[in-house]
Amino acid sequence: MPELIAKPALEKAPLTLGTCRLEAVDLGPITSVALFPGQEKAMAKALKPLGLSFPDPNSLSAKAGVQLVWTGREQAFLIGVTAPDFGAAAAVTDQSGGWAALRLSGDKAAEVLMRHVPLDLRAAAFPPGRAVRAPLGHMSSVVIREEAGFLILIFRSMARTAWHEIEVAMRTLAARA
Amino acid sequence: MRIPCPLCGPRDRREFTYYGSDDYLNRPAPDAGAGPWDDHLHLRANPAGETHDLWYHEAGCAQWLRVHRNTVSHEIYGAALVAGLKGGAQ
Repeated sequence: MPELIAKPALEKAPLTLGTCRLEAVDLGPITSVALFPGQEKAMAKALKPLGLSFPDPNSLSAKAGVQLVWTGREQAFLIGVTAPDFGAAAAVTDQSGGWAALRLSGDKAAEVLMRHVPLDLRAAAFPPGRAVRAPLGHMSSVVIREEAGFLILIFRSMARTAWHEIEVAMRTLAARA
Repeated sequence: MRIPCPLCGPRDRREFTYYGSDDYLNRPAPDAGAGPWDDHLHLRANPAGETHDLWYHEAGCAQWLRVHRNTVSHEIYGAALVAGLKGGAQ
């Protein structure tokens, strides 16, 4: 077997412009958990040791650095831990190599991100605990609200484009300050 | 134009891909014969007014929706997940 070397999707130093900061994040394992019909109870049981519950649409369940983020109908991403055995409750696929994560923080973070994501991302409309599937420019993304900003999941192959797009929005807003 | 996705909430129509009439949900039996299959594949009403059609929420939850809307006023009355529908088109 050849020895494969894990490389980050982005080798970029964190970028700070004004009060806004953009950084690449290594989230560890990402697993898609797609619930089979009628398996809610079995799923709840499998998630119990993690202290998580299967999230409602546009939300997430989090505990001790592990999160289960809604990503579609009866589907969620388990982030930050190796997936436990879900038995026959769900179809489970490893997505770790497919996604890159960016963290955007600062008091202008919502204004920056709303230049590319056509949703109201201000704290009043999109508070912590919320997570949505949304287009970032023309790219599919998962946007997760955090206390200080946003965690953005993007297809790994588009990570550099996403970084560039967000950087342009940061520069534009910083120039106006 | 905004489409109220039952899962994601109201979203811009650019997140969606249009497919066509919800007649596509009424698939004839495989042995129904040439007539019903010809209707299913090729014959469509062209209503001025209320219509039900299929949209794919490509940039969101990746679900098919049946959208009830008005082609004259552009009003959108509602949308439902095709996955949750009993039976076919209405």
